[in-house]
Amino acid sequence: MKKLTSFFVLCFGLVLLSAFVRPSGGYQVGDTATDFKLKNVDGKLMSLADNKAAKGFIVVFTCNTCPYAQAYESRIIDLHKKFAPQGYPVVAINPNDPAVAPGDSFDKMQARAASKKYPFPYLLDETQKVAQTYGATRTPHLYVLTRQGNALKVAYIGAIDDNSEEPTAVKTKYVENAMTDIMAGKPAATNSTKAIGCTIKWKKA
Amino acid sequence: MLLLFAAPSQAQQVEVVKFPALQKRLSQPNDTTYVVNFWATWCGPCVKELPYFEQANKTYAGQKVKVLLVSLDYASQLDKKVKPFVQKRGLKSEVLLLNETDPNSWLGKVDDKWSGAIPFTLMLNNKKQKRVGFEQEFTQAELTTQLTKFLR
Repeated sequence: MKKLTSFFVLCFGLVLLSAFVRPSGGYQVGDTATDFKLKNVDGKLMSLADNKAAKGFIVVFTCNTCPYAQAYESRIIDLHKKFAPQGYPVVAINPNDPAVAPGDSFDKMQARAASKKYPFPYLLDETQKVAQTYGATRTPHLYVLTRQGNALKVAYIGAIDDNSEEPTAVKTKYVENAMTDIMAGKPAATNSTKAIGCTIKWKKA
Repeated sequence: MLLLFAAPSQAQQVEVVKFPALQKRLSQPNDTTYVVNFWATWCGPCVKELPYFEQANKTYAGQKVKVLLVSLDYASQLDKKVKPFVQKRGLKSEVLLLNETDPNSWLGKVDDKWSGAIPFTLMLNNKKQKRVGFEQEFTQAELTTQLTKFLR
C-alpha cells in the first residue's frame, strides 16, 4: 500500500512537473544519468550509448545566442580537445525553443557548428525533456558523467571556470580540476558550482 | 541626442559595487522591503521585465519599498553598455553594477536555491525576517501578485 501511495505521489509529481515547463530538481551529483536520443547537426540521431568506448561524457547545455555561451565556446572546444582523447568527449546540447529564440533554430545550429568547426556533436533538445531531466536552468550549464559498469553517473555539475569574461584571468578551472580528480579515480573535490547564465528559453505553455 | 546632453544632471548613476557592499546594503535591520532584480543588458527576458520593476518603483514610491536593479554586466561594459542603456530607458530605480568575476563565490549567499540563471529576483525584509527568491521571468501580473503577497 505504501508503495502504491508513493507511486501516486510520484505520478502527481510528474503531472506537476509537466504543468510547469520549468524543471524543478533534476540531477544531483551521484545520480545515474539516463540516455537520450537527439538529433545532431549532421542530421543523425545520437545517443550516449553509441559511444561505448567513452569513459564518460562532458555534457554541456549551450546555445548559439547567449553571450555567456559564446564567451565559453572556445573553452568548450578546448575541453573536448583535451579530454576526448582521454575518454571524455564533449556532447553539446541546445535546449532552447527556437520559437522563443529564433537564433537557436536547427539551421542556425548547423551554421554555428560549421563556422566554429565544432569537434563535438551539437544536439537539438527539441522537446526540452533532456534539459528538464538534467535540471539544466541556463546556458552554459555543464555536467560531467562517468561510466560505472553500465551506468553513467553524474560526477560534476556547474560552471566551466570562475571567469566568464576573461579566459586569461581565470583562477580556478572548475571542470578541469574535477576531471583531474575523476580520472584519478577520486570523486571531484568540488563537484558542484554555480554560475551566471542565460535562462533556458522554455516553450511557452 | 540633444536632450541627452541637455539634462546630464538628471541621469541615473550606476554605482559599481563588490558583493560585500551589496550584502551589507541588504542586511540592514530595518523595515524596508527590498526588491532586488538581478539582470543584464544582454539578457532578453531581463530587459523585457525591467519596466515592471520600474512600475513597482513608481507604485510604491513613498512607502518602505526599495527597488534595486543589480546589473550583472561585466564592469568593463559600464560606460559602453550599462550607462547608455540606463539612460536610454530612463530607468528611475537605483541601478548597481555588481563587479564580481566568480558567481560561484557569491550566488549562494544571495539565495541557496539560485542556480545562476537570470533574471533572478530577491524580495527581502529584515525586520520581518522574510526572504524569497524567484529564479524566473515575471509578467507584470506575477510581479504584482508576488510583491503584494510579500508585503501583506
